[in-house]
Amino acid sequence: MSEKKTKRRDFLFTATTAVGAVGAAAVVWPMIDQMNPDASVKALASTEVDVSALTPGNTLTVLWRGKPVFIRRRTQEEIDEARAVKMEDLIHPEKDEDRAKNPEWLVMLGVCTHLGCVPLNDKGDYNGWFCPCHGSHYDTSGRIRKGPAPWNMEVPKYEFVNANTIKIG
Amino acid sequence: MSDHDYRPKSKVGQWFNDRLPLLTLANHLTDYPTPKNLNYWWTFGGILTFCLITQIVTGLTLAMHYIAHADMAFESVEHIMRDVNYGWLIRYIHANGASMFFLAVYIHIFRSLFYGSYKSPREIIWILGIIIYLLMMAAAFMGYVLPWGQMSFWGATVITNLFSAIPLVGEGIVTWLWGGYSVDNPTLTRFFTLHYLIPFLILGLVVLHIWALHVPGNNNPVGIDIKKPSKDTVPFHPYIVIKDGFALLMFMIVFAFFVFYAPNILGHADNYIEANPMVTPAHIVPEWYLLPFYAILRSVPDKLLGVVAMLSAILILAVLPWLDTSKIRSAVFRPLYKQFYWILVADVLILGYVGAMPAEGLYLLIARVATAYYFLHFLVILPVLGFKEKTLPVPLSITEPVLGGSPNLAAARNKESTIE
Repeated sequence: MSEKKTKRRDFLFTATTAVGAVGAAAVVWPMIDQMNPDASVKALASTEVDVSALTPGNTLTVLWRGKPVFIRRRTQEEIDEARAVKMEDLIHPEKDEDRAKNPEWLVMLGVCTHLGCVPLNDKGDYNGWFCPCHGSHYDTSGRIRKGPAPWNMEVPKYEFVNANTIKIG
Repeated sequence: MSDHDYRPKSKVGQWFNDRLPLLTLANHLTDYPTPKNLNYWWTFGGILTFCLITQIVTGLTLAMHYIAHADMAFESVEHIMRDVNYGWLIRYIHANGASMFFLAVYIHIFRSLFYGSYKSPREIIWILGIIIYLLMMAAAFMGYVLPWGQMSFWGATVITNLFSAIPLVGEGIVTWLWGGYSVDNPTLTRFFTLHYLIPFLILGLVVLHIWALHVPGNNNPVGIDIKKPSKDTVPFHPYIVIKDGFALLMFMIVFAFFVFYAPNILGHADNYIEANPMVTPAHIVPEWYLLPFYAILRSVPDKLLGVVAMLSAILILAVLPWLDTSKIRSAVFRPLYKQFYWILVADVLILGYVGAMPAEGLYLLIARVATAYYFLHFLVILPVLGFKEKTLPVPLSITEPVLGGSPNLAAARNKESTIE
């Protein structure tokens, strides 16, 4: 082994392989990235929803980026129930005050964080949502309380454009 | 191999064969020495080849009429069912063909488990088989998505979401798989492409699977090594060809029953409702052949660990040749293994049953026990059994138990002595 020296040929081998690998990777990346969301999908980034017809205790479901978004106009009872929960009882601790800035309005993705089913309204052990697929229970703030889902239902970026219109995204 | 000496009789044949030895290959396949004690459980290799070709032919013809677009896929399938000449027949053969394919592959796999066909020197055949099985599941799953019904859509959503369990990169991978922020048109078109590709990958692997089989030759119900060719073997043609052909006919009767008398019994009614991203069906279940793994997924309360358990349940099969420490192949000579084998069969059937039931109460408890037992079988029972089990004496040749009237040598010898 001690006699073995790095020869000109070894260097050429290594250099050729390295350049070849970089070249191959440069060709493979476009093949992989073409599967990511394209420009037309990304362009559908926001939706405006008229919520004037929604009465307390009801939920409006709208489609945003191909996913359902729940807009819940909560009753005072539901708000009180959500705000009374202790943080240590939660699987994924989040304050209701942070999830619903305006307590009457809860806006979140209607997608179970387990495997992506749409949970059902006014069902489950916590008076919120229940996912029929694998039995996850969510409370009146859309927080996971029981079942296999690891996180609370996600609150997307949204804002009130005026008193009757919510812009999601 | 003796067939290296093969020379075609005709001049033209010789000329061709010297340039491309296809005739040597054909001769090898017809003369291939096969153990003469193969029973009907050995006919499922041929049946599976038939299933693959059926799926490819019916799939190609369906693809001439199907439109892979979220707005048109559901209607195009209805168009195939109502308008296309014999479209209903071709689609029912294709849809039920998937179930028949899995029925045959499960029998094929459990035959290997019983007779120890996965053991040395046949590990590569076995591992190729597991890869084929994985590809079959991928093809079946993506094929189920194409009609774009409710089960298609939500099945695709649930299965692709399994990848979101991967820490850190999971969400990114799911978005990449979807080509968007939910299962939608980009998902459908790529699933169609892959569904079209995978059968041809399987075909290539089947060639390797058979090639690897033809190196050591077939295992057999007695599970001993045999010299080939010898008095213990018969040529593949006509002996095995006729036997496989008969079994295939019987299989096709079952196949035809489903196609003509109960074409939708293995499917799910919800898939005749067009995909709706706003409503999840009340009860999502995969096709019957994936139910045992689905039960394992649901039996674990943690999302990541559930996915890990489900994948392990399949991948554990790949290392089976090294988990089973017994030198004896056939369960005929392994009295304890034979019992554990049937318990495993029952365990998998129970998992399949609870996989179809809601994941709550008693069903969930049964699923958990059955999942634990599944892993116990492969990780504890099989390795320990190889050392502890007292096996029965193995015959020296296939002919010996056949002439004695029993595969059990001791029994055969007793019989001989009583005759004398």
